[in-house]
Parts: sequence; structure tokens; C-alpha cells
Amino acid sequence: MAEMIIKNGVVYDPKNGIDGEKNEICIKDGKIVENVGAGAKIVDAEGCVVMAGGVDGHTHCAGKINTGRIMSPHDMRYAPIPGLSGEEPRTKLLRPQVGYNTPNTYAIGYRYSKLGYTSLAEAAITPMMARHMHEEFEEIPILDKLGLVLMGSNWQVMQYIQDKDSEKLKAYMAWLLLAARGYGVKIVNPGGGSSWTWGKNVSGLDDKVVDFDVTPADILIGLAEANESLNLPHSIHVHCNNLGVPGNLSTTLDTMKLLEKVKTKRDRQVMHVTHVQFNAYTGTSWMDFASGAQDVADYINKRDHITFDMGQLMFGPAMTMTADGPTEYRNARMFDAKWSNYDQELEDAGGVVPLSYTPQHFAHATMWSIGLELALLVKDPWKVMFTTDNPNGGAFVNYPEGQVLLMSDKKRQEIIAGFPDMTMDRITLPNIDRELGWGEIATMTRAMSAKMLGLDEKGHLGVGADADVAIYDIQPDKVDPSVEHEKVKKALSFAKYTIKGGEIVVRDGEITATPKGKVYWVNAYENGVAQAEKDRLMADLEERFKKYYSIQLANYMVEDAYLPRPVEIRPEVI
Amino acid sequence: MIETILISGRTIDQGATLEEKTSQAYFDAAAYCELNEKNLEALGLSIDQNVLVTTAHGTVVVPAKIDKRLPDDIVFIPMGPWANAVVDPDTCGCGMPGFKGVPATVEATTDPALSMKELMATYKE
Amino acid sequence: MPVIKDAVCTLCGCLCDDLEVTVEDNKITKVGKACKLGRAKTMGPFLHERIEKPMIRENGELKECSYDEAITKAAEILVAAKRPMSYGWCSTSCEAIEKAVLLAEETGSLIDSTANVCHGPSALAAQEKGAPTCSLGTPKNYADLIIFWGCNPVHAHPRHQTRYSTMAKGAFTPNGKKDRKMVVVDPRNTDTAKKADLLLQLKPGTDYVLIEALRAIVNGHEDVLPDEIAGMPKEKVLEFAEMCKAAKFGVLYFGMGITQTRGRYKSGDNVSSLISDLNQITKFVMIGMRGHYNVTGFGQVASWETGFPMAIDFSRGYPYYNPGETGTNDVLMRREVDAFITGAADPGAHFPQESIKHLFNIPAIQIDGYANPTTEFSDVVIPAAIAGVECDGTAYRMDCQPIRMKKLVETTFKSDEEILTDLINKVRELKGAEGAKGGV
Repeated sequence: MAEMIIKNGVVYDPKNGIDGEKNEICIKDGKIVENVGAGAKIVDAEGCVVMAGGVDGHTHCAGKINTGRIMSPHDMRYAPIPGLSGEEPRTKLLRPQVGYNTPNTYAIGYRYSKLGYTSLAEAAITPMMARHMHEEFEEIPILDKLGLVLMGSNWQVMQYIQDKDSEKLKAYMAWLLLAARGYGVKIVNPGGGSSWTWGKNVSGLDDKVVDFDVTPADILIGLAEANESLNLPHSIHVHCNNLGVPGNLSTTLDTMKLLEKVKTKRDRQVMHVTHVQFNAYTGTSWMDFASGAQDVADYINKRDHITFDMGQLMFGPAMTMTADGPTEYRNARMFDAKWSNYDQELEDAGGVVPLSYTPQHFAHATMWSIGLELALLVKDPWKVMFTTDNPNGGAFVNYPEGQVLLMSDKKRQEIIAGFPDMTMDRITLPNIDRELGWGEIATMTRAMSAKMLGLDEKGHLGVGADADVAIYDIQPDKVDPSVEHEKVKKALSFAKYTIKGGEIVVRDGEITATPKGKVYWVNAYENGVAQAEKDRLMADLEERFKKYYSIQLANYMVEDAYLPRPVEIRPEVI
Repeated sequence: MIETILISGRTIDQGATLEEKTSQAYFDAAAYCELNEKNLEALGLSIDQNVLVTTAHGTVVVPAKIDKRLPDDIVFIPMGPWANAVVDPDTCGCGMPGFKGVPATVEATTDPALSMKELMATYKE
Repeated sequence: MPVIKDAVCTLCGCLCDDLEVTVEDNKITKVGKACKLGRAKTMGPFLHERIEKPMIRENGELKECSYDEAITKAAEILVAAKRPMSYGWCSTSCEAIEKAVLLAEETGSLIDSTANVCHGPSALAAQEKGAPTCSLGTPKNYADLIIFWGCNPVHAHPRHQTRYSTMAKGAFTPNGKKDRKMVVVDPRNTDTAKKADLLLQLKPGTDYVLIEALRAIVNGHEDVLPDEIAGMPKEKVLEFAEMCKAAKFGVLYFGMGITQTRGRYKSGDNVSSLISDLNQITKFVMIGMRGHYNVTGFGQVASWETGFPMAIDFSRGYPYYNPGETGTNDVLMRREVDAFITGAADPGAHFPQESIKHLFNIPAIQIDGYANPTTEFSDVVIPAAIAGVECDGTAYRMDCQPIRMKKLVETTFKSDEEILTDLINKVRELKGAEGAKGGV
């Protein structure tokens, strides 16, 4: 394949300790290499910011989003951000694009690429529905993808934890990843998804799941220990209990503390906690709720076993979609909004509800502030991933807005000045003047997300990395993001170059090529589970499918046909 | 003549002959009008004698059949070309025509029922 | 004799995947576990005639031609048209549907599925109020109250009650029917209703009124109810409401009685609201009884590719959607389309007379395994392999569960996917530089 050299770029590569150096990046056969020959294609970065392609470690981009699409025909025409939303007709190169919160698959691929992102993690899929996720993956152009498989309210998982059968649990988890061709373990409102099938929920870590003799704490520890025993690349990825409930700060802190006792042999966190903004509320009701970000940050600043992502709110219409079924029903009733629900037999729950956030409402203004407080109060950017829990907090095309908010106190204060008075006692953001630099932004949007996921060849520009590169039209020595935040936002929205696997896919904010991406999945079953355990597991599976499932075991596992370009990762057996 | 409400819908035999719509089996499965005992008597009919079903949208001749559990004011024709000769095409601005609940009259007739191909041919303008 | 186990049935939205198919000399001779519908569908190619050769209509008669001639003629029709329409695509694989959508894009066509005459209004109801639903195996394990509203599974989904609902045995319903009550709401005392614990035989077209009455009761306002509701005494409606409130897990399966009757999509919209209200008291869900085995798949594929589940208009270059304006029967009755392509469906049999009249006026292309009423007005007919029997691919069950259909026998017929691919390539060739695009 062609050789390429990126010259005159100002490189931010936090993993390799490069923080704004004028380095050349050499690319050959889709990888970063030491050197290339004289005939290499020259990409002149003209003094602009160069980073690895963005890695979105938590986004709802394939699967449940389709329910969101079906519910939202109006979203397809909505175009608040020209060039990144609304209707665009097909061209010679591009399929048609529609949407804002729930865009079609082609729009997702093209628009993430324009933002300089090159890898996506679908945040949650049940094993039974994984085939659907893979079908949508195949229609999302350009980016590499992976899927996180829901396990936290799964009957068989809970049964094995209840039985204290850690070997069977490991075997089953590995088998689920194989069945779904999934990458990692996702846990949403542990236990609650199962209770929700009776219309009930769990109230906290020590509340028993209906019909089972396990608590959310048992589920978290069981899955975390098995996750580490299987040596999976990613840690457990957790959406805490009591999301969206005033006072949930205590649940969140207790969840983080609970995992202190789990150890990992890998160089990464033991638990990634997702969209913490929705889980960082003090108080007892919406009237006295306030930001708990300082408490979360104080804890995380002292510990190394947790990473988290923000779940930043963006004002305007959003679409909530989550496996947290009971929360979605509560949202729908509270806001008199459309309500979709899905109980997946034996596996988990789900809901989709459109919401809208306004700076005029003290609760939304507080929530917006909490996301930013979390990112700014936690000192080490390697613990923080930038997300909006797309599209729950807001559509991903707003990432540039969120990123400049972290870089510009001036911009933050302008927005806070418009908040209702009732907000001000609840937040500390007005007093935070920290502004993140390019290196920290690069950490939170690519370097740490790749590390957190265990994707060694992503998120950095060292030799051996995939040649996924973003160049943004900002000369960092000439532009102060704090002051010229609008200019920076525009540059982050329409990359000067996005390079995927060594191929230029975006040039000056326009798509120039649409290669198909790869799908990463983890096979910890083949070599990682002893035959005797496989046999024991199969016996259980056969019985369960016969008695409870509505699909045959033979038709359950995702077939090869659904992954035309797979990257199969087999963790070392420890 | 009786005034009634026409409902069209699926039957298992109509479903089992979906792939052989040029056959006698499909005709037998989809070309008939079910009435209850009282209505058959009122029309002076036995089963398999023909009825003329008329609505604001068209007419169709099909053999009569009995469904003892039908209410007095409902008749049923399986979904298919014969029912569709008389259903309401109006989608009420939402896309769905009126396949059920069409006001109709039903009377005895000696006219023959049309085969599928004959029926389709009547649509050529 | 080789028996293929766990084969997927390709007739109705139950998408049963436990069929046992015996194949002898590349012929299916036996289908175990299937119902009458599934057996007829699976053995179809071996039981009756099929379209053997491509045909083009000349002087009113269909004449055999070569495959290339048929593809060329079909492509010419689509390219020459100002307002082409693509319809059907429900009795085929998702892989074929993706090609149908691409073809519609490339020809600036309208494209719609059989939901137009089936559960289209349910999509509209979901767009108004959302779809509070679940997978088919959930009621199997949990439900103690089964409601069939405006549907007749004994006829249209024969194995539904044994596999998924009334008789199904599960974790919290080990005794099947004995652990449940089954209620039917229907103006007719159908074969399903015969076995119901309660039949609400409402007057035709009064479904919305009955739903509204139930909502009033569930929300504590039964005092507003008149003595007669939807043609039934108030006491009957109260009895039904009490059953709903007393259930531990209720499921409302609904069909054409909700979508095709007087209220159209407003009935489904109101059912969604009723389900939300009931969830204040107990667990309740609704499930649409999708008719064809992959009409759900069309809605899924179309939604992820175009943003809309049906009634899509590509004439602007981007997808535009407005049922009532862009639905198949809407545009046919306005006589707006000047070319029509249909695959894996039979509009000739299932459209009202006014639409059929227009279909005789315009050039029409049919892609199907079997001759049917659509053949009567088609000008180009292309025989296709039967998906799920002669070629594999993905289908989505009525609860949106994707299952991979198997290929059971070898065939020389091209699949819908292959035919559509050939059509797309021919359309591009005819459109020349303007239509050229790399890679399908």
C-alpha cells in the first residue's frame, strides 16, 4: 500500500509523551512506521494540530438507535448544525444523509469522520440482538467498530453468581462474547433489567434482584472478577444503579468503592463507569438536588482503579436510549414524552424516550455544569473520557462544542451567565477556571479511550499503531482556544484531514473516500475455557434454550457472514 | 337484500395458498362471502350459491358461505382480489386504505363469480 | 434422508426457527413442526408451478425472453420514468432489501413495503407515542394475561399461541394455559375467540372508543363511562379492565383490527397510551402481529439506511417521508407514478381496486417466484429464488429479533439480491457517467 508522510504538524500523542512537538508521522500499509521512502505522498499539516483519530468509547450508534429512528421522523429533517445534521442528498461518492440525534448509518460514518474520529464502541447490545448491531455496523462507513455486550441482568449470569460457580460464569461470559461477536462486558443498572420485567427495579447495591438471590453488588463483583480472570482487554463497563435520581451520588461512590477489592493484571482500570454526570447528584429530590462532582472527583483523584466518562449534556433536543428500562419509563411519565420499551427475554431491558434540555431550566443547567465539573475537577485526564453518551446527553456532532467548553473558561462563563438563579447554589463550575490544553483533549478523546478499551493499536501515533490520524485546522501557537473558541469548534467539526488506515477520508471537512471499517471482537472462549467447562456450560445452555428462550440455540450465535472484516482478539490465558 | 358491514381479513386457507394464486385452491380460499344463518335465510340462499356484494367502491360476485358465529350486521370476505374489488380505497391521509368496516349491501344473484384473471382484467381501462 | 434441523420458516411474522426439513434429491419432501402455512410455503416450489422464465409483455401477452433482456427492459423502464415506485420487499431477505433501497436511491424512486396495507399505522402510532414492547419469549415466561385485539392467530399466526403466548410454558408459567387468561377483542367471534376466557365483541370501528374507556377506568375515571360502550354493556368493559389491572404481566397483541379500522393509526396510538397508563399499576406491553416474515426487516433496514421505516420518497436525492402523501396506495390513487417495480409481494392481490386500475396504465416490473394477480398487469416478469428455501439471508421476526434463514436446496434461480444487483448495474450503465458510482 502507499506510503505517506505527514509533515509540519504539531503532534499531540499523549501515550508516547508527545505534547505539541513538530514531528513527522510516517505511514505505510495502513500503519505508523519509522520511515518511508522519498516517493511517499506528502501531507502538509501546515503547522496544525495532529492527533490520532478519535476513539469514541461509548456511543449508541447501532442497534437500539433504530428504535429511536423509527420514533423520530421529525429528527431526520432537523439541521441545527449545517454540514453535520439534517438532510443531504446522495452524491457520486456518498449515500444520502439524514438526522441529528438519530442519523442514518451513512450519516453516522461520514459525520464522525468529519470530526476526526476513526473508531466507535457501541455502548450496549444484548447477545440475542447482536446480529442487528452487526448489520448496522456494516452500513456505517469508514470507522472501525466494536460492541459491548449486556450481561448485568442476564439470568444465567445471575444464576452462576448465586451458585458461586465462577468457572461456569467465566465460561458463559466468554461464550456470550463469542455468540455476540462482542468486545467487552457492559453492565447497566445491574439486576434492574431483570426486575423490570415485572415492572420493578433495584433501589441500590444491596437490594435483591426479583426472583434471584443476588444483589447488584454481587453481580458487579462476580462479573469484574471473571472479567479479570479471563484477562479481557476491556474492564467491566458500568452504568450505575439509580441513574437520574437525586441523591444517587452515594450509589455511584459505593459502586466505585466496591470495586477497590478487584485486582487486574492488565495496565488499566478495573471498572469504567459511564456517563457519570447522570449519576452525580446530591440531595433528596429535584428541588434540593445539586452537583456531586466534587465528591466524585475527590474520590477518583485518590484512586487508580476507575476510569469514567462524562455524559455531557448539550442543550436542545436529545434522544435517550438505554438498557435502563425503569428509568426510561420514569422519564416518559415525568416529561409526558413518547415511550418505547423493550424487555429482552432472559437478558436485559431497554427504553427509548426523546427529551430536550434547556439552559432555562435549573435542573438542566445544573446537569450541564456537572459534566464539565467532573472533567475539570479530576486532575488526571487519563481517567476521563469525553462523551455525551450520544445521543442521551446530546448528539455526537456536538462533541466540538463540548471539547471547547473544556478548553475555554470564557465560553463557559458566557453560558453560565444566562442560567436561572436557582442553578447557582447547586454548581461549582463558575469558580473553576481550569482550561484543558490540546494534550489533555487528545487524552480524553483518543489516548485514554483506546487504553481503557485495551486497543493497543488505536489512540496513539507510535510505531505500530493503526494509521488513523486527525489534523485540525488550528495552529496551536497562533490560536488561543480560550479566546478563539468558535474558531476551534469549527476546526474540530470539519477536520483538515482525517486519515483512516493510511487513506485520506476527509479533506477540509469533506469526505473524500469511503472505505469499510473493521469490527473488533474478543474470543476468550476458544482457548480461554477448558473443555470440561465448555461441556458443563453446553448442558446448561441446551436446557435453558429448550425451556425459556424463543429462539433455537443453533440459531442464536452470530454467524461469520455478519463480520466481513473481523479483527478477532484472543486474550492471553492467565 | 341486506345492509351490512363488510370485514376482510386473513384465513389459514388463504394464507396456505398464497403461492398458488392462479389455482382453484386459491379461488376456493379467497372468493367467498361469509354470512350467518339468519342472513342466509333472509336472502333465501344455500351455501355456495352466489351473492352480489355492493359498496360505494365497486361490486363483486362470490359464493356465499356460512359462519354461524357472525353477528347479524357483519359479513366477511377473505383478504384478496375479491374483497379488494369492493373495499374503501381512502387512506384518510395516513396511507392505509379501508379494508375493514365498509358499509355494504348483499343480495342473491345468478351472475357467475369471476376467476382471478377475469377479475383482474376488469381493471384495464 | 438428510433432515435439516432448526430451519427457519418464511411465511408469517412468527419466524419459527425449529423446522425440520427433509430433503431428498434436492427436493423438500417433508416439513416437520411447521403449521399449515409454513409447510405450504416451504414446500411451495415442489408443490405447484412457478415462474420458470423471464417474460416481457408484447401486444398484451407475456412472452418468454432472456434474463438479460428482462433486466435491460426493466432498467429502461425505471430510468425513463419521472416518478417510479418500488413496492413490497417483505417476503425476502434483508440483504435483498438493502439492494432494493439502493436501487430506489439510484432511480429517485419512492419505495414502500407491505406495511402500507398492514402495520404501517403501527409505525405511525410509534411515532406518536412510542412502542412499549418486548421480545416474544418474554410473555412466554411471564405473562398471565394474553389479549388478542383485532387479530386472529389461529388463522394468521397458527403456532403463536403454542410457541409464544397462550399455551407456551415458561419460567413463571410452567402450566402454560392454566397459568393464564386469554381475552379477545374482535367484532367477530373468531376461531381464536372461541377459546377465549373473555370475548369483547365490539361494534366494527369502535376500537378507539373502547381503548379510551379502558384508559378512563385505569386512570380512575370510570364515572365518566356511559352504560353502553362500543356496543357492549359497561359491566363487560369494567370486567376487562379489572383483569388488566389484576394481571402480573399483561401483553396486548394487536393486528389489522387496530390498523385497518376506522381510527387507523390513532387506535394504535391510543393503545400505546393505554399500555403506558397500565404500567402505573402493573407490567404491560404491546406487540404488533406482523403478517409477513420479514416485513419487520424492511422497517429495520429502511430505518437504518434512510431514517424512515416505509413510504420513502427519493425524488429529492435524500429520503423524504409523509405517509398519506408518499404511501404506495396514496400515490397510486393520485395516479402520480409512471412506473412500478414490485418484488417479494403481491399488490395485485392486496391493493384496493382504484390502485389496481392505475397499475394497469403504467409499465410494471414483477420479481417473484410465482405467478399471481400482480403478473396480470406486469410488463416485465423476472423469476426469483425463494428466500429461506433456495437462498439464505437475514429476516426480522415480529418482535424485531433477527434470525438467519438457511438455504435448504440448490437452485438455478437467481435470488432477489442478485436480481436487484443486476438491475442496479444496468441502471448505472444506462445512466452513463451521471449514474456511475464505484461499488454496490
